Amino acid sequence: MSGAIQSLSRAAAILRLLAGGERRLGLSEVATGLGLAKGTAHGILRTLQQEGFVEQDPDSGKYQLGAELLRLGQSYLDVHELRARALVWADDLARAAGETVYLGVLHQRGVLVVHHVFRPDDSRQVLEVGSMQPLHATALGKVLLAYDPVARGELGDGPWEAFTPRTVTEPAALDAQCALVRERGWADAVEETWEGVASVAALIQDRRRNPVGAVCVSGPVETVCEGGAVRPSLVASVRTAARAISRDLGAHRF
Amino acid sequence: MTASYIAAIDQGTTSSRCILFGADGRIVAVEQQEHAQIFPQPGWVEHDAAEIWTRVQAVVRGALEKAGLTREDIRAVGITNQRETTVLWDRHTGEPVHHAIVWQDTRTEALCRELGRNVGQDRFRRETGLPLASYFAGPKIRWLLDNVEGLRERAEAGDILFGTMDTWVIWNLTGGVDGGRHVTDVTNASRTLLMNLHTLEWDERIAESIGVPMAVLPEIRSSAEVYGEAVGVLAGVPVAAALGDQQAALFGQTCFDVGEAKSTYGTGTFLLLNTGERIVNSYHGLLTTVGYRIGDRPPVYALEGSIAVTGSLVQWLRDQLGIISTAAEIETLAGTVEDNGGAYFVPAFSGLFAPYWRSDARGVITGLTRYVTKGHLARAVLEATAWQTREVVDAMQKDSGVTLTALKVDGGMTSNNLLMQNIADVLDVPVERPYVAETTALGAAYAAGLAVGFWDGLDTLRANWHRAAEWTPRMDDATREREHRNWLKAVERTMGWIEQDDEQPQL
Repeated sequence: MSGAIQSLSRAAAILRLLAGGERRLGLSEVATGLGLAKGTAHGILRTLQQEGFVEQDPDSGKYQLGAELLRLGQSYLDVHELRARALVWADDLARAAGETVYLGVLHQRGVLVVHHVFRPDDSRQVLEVGSMQPLHATALGKVLLAYDPVARGELGDGPWEAFTPRTVTEPAALDAQCALVRERGWADAVEETWEGVASVAALIQDRRRNPVGAVCVSGPVETVCEGGAVRPSLVASVRTAARAISRDLGAHRF
Repeated sequence: MTASYIAAIDQGTTSSRCILFGADGRIVAVEQQEHAQIFPQPGWVEHDAAEIWTRVQAVVRGALEKAGLTREDIRAVGITNQRETTVLWDRHTGEPVHHAIVWQDTRTEALCRELGRNVGQDRFRRETGLPLASYFAGPKIRWLLDNVEGLRERAEAGDILFGTMDTWVIWNLTGGVDGGRHVTDVTNASRTLLMNLHTLEWDERIAESIGVPMAVLPEIRSSAEVYGEAVGVLAGVPVAAALGDQQAALFGQTCFDVGEAKSTYGTGTFLLLNTGERIVNSYHGLLTTVGYRIGDRPPVYALEGSIAVTGSLVQWLRDQLGIISTAAEIETLAGTVEDNGGAYFVPAFSGLFAPYWRSDARGVITGLTRYVTKGHLARAVLEATAWQTREVVDAMQKDSGVTLTALKVDGGMTSNNLLMQNIADVLDVPVERPYVAETTALGAAYAAGLAVGFWDGLDTLRANWHRAAEWTPRMDDATREREHRNWLKAVERTMGWIEQDDEQPQL
């Protein structure tokens, strides 16, 4: 293996050793198991321990795999799992708000709609699950940009497409809005994607507080807004729903 | 102060729940407690009815506390329940004489064959709409009378009462030994093999054939009327509805018109079609049952078809094969491919049910080539649920002459977007999901609310139903027909696997 860093290869070997068989090993067992000097093995184990990849049992002094590895393995949340967990809350939000509800996740520099609840008026509506929305011009997108560094990184430097005269197209203005989103805990987009449509969104997190998606209420400006701003009661409903979904994600294995 | 909420008690197979609803049908509070599943030997499943009653009382109290309400806020209480589960108790002490025998319990299989005599399992079908099968309550009563020491004598002396779980809950709720009402509703009674569908009364001749003394049977009432007043936590609240769980879901989905159908997708799937005032005899292996009856209005009948393996096939992939780690992942996996790659999966794990009824069949995965991936298999798994739905719907249309125009769905699997789209595609009708996943409890609440005038009629309830999602058919006819032919070929390949029916182990 050309260019391999020896200490990383050894660290990987130690993790594999701890993952198999005994699962709890003392320092000398690790050292002899891999043919390393005790001092070398100890140095690597200590570094792994500092990173949370390895834990040491305080009584026996033996080493085992750490919780951080588990977190890395589970940080990926299946979007269908997200929908299944969010179903009840999203229904309730749409009923309470009297408007359309979307759940979105980051996907290929945009927002992928993973769940859509119809506006409860039985008018003809088409399911939009699987469609994409722009990151910079929607409330869902702005929440993801504000909390997920990956999303902001993927969006790049702009300027971005203007869908309406109100679309934010410059990085400085968008970053300022994202700072406000983080401060308030919610995002809005009033006529920034479509004329006449306003939306308000809040963040969904897993138990480790990773940003996994966003939930929003979307509807005509006339019903969503009041005096040019999103109605406070809608903001409260969206944030309550986002918290409830996050709680449901954290209560289980994620 | 006016009482502005309705309580629903949902006494299910694994848990009891109390859900409080507001006037618009929205959920105000939910409380749930599980009860023990008792497995005395393979194939036997029992519940402790006394434990269930304790749980029911606890969840009612819990729901009221959660919502910050008192019994004075509750206008009426309705009951929905696991169907067919059978309990006998002493009317003087209120003590069950034996654990309740649960619907899944197969101990009466041999008895049912014996009761079929030379006619077979359709001996009582014309009167009751049901085949002689171990699910239904009548033979379970007979088993208890035969196997609990001295019980038959006590029953004939009038000391013993029978009930499905609706009856048990209502009797206890309305006072138990102190004047509890011994009643059941038409939907639950229609699952006993003892009620005549035409008269909606106990059929004395059949009761005698099965060996059930009339003295143990409750009075059959409608699904929505005041049976009595509650005592205890809900003291003074009218007990005003009872519906078996699947019928309650039909009612909660507001399938009030002929031709309206609902399908509940869970571990298994239950499809009910409203056939109005007509009793439709099935020649395709469906059950004829009472859908509901409101007060003294004419009863509304239904055809019922069940699919044994739907959600449980996804669980099988997760637990037995381990190719997914959560049920929801099936959709992710299926999403990695465009189609089934030529693979078809017929999950005839314990034979084929409606409309085939072939106990010699076993499951197959067919059409395999080197090209097929686990993604294709995931597709085939979802398509299996869709095609099985299609077969039940086709059977219903043949039996009833009614054409389905839309399918209302509920249950856990409705969160699977690809599956719902698939069902719309193969049925070639829109699939609609309403708000409120709790259609079963909602149905019981609706019936109770109607009985006390909380809601003024079916139109008000219909206005409460809102579409939360709709999947419209996208598959072209040629593809649908080709896929259907392939599915039927796959089904054919399941048959005749078990060579002699008799060699199957009897549970």
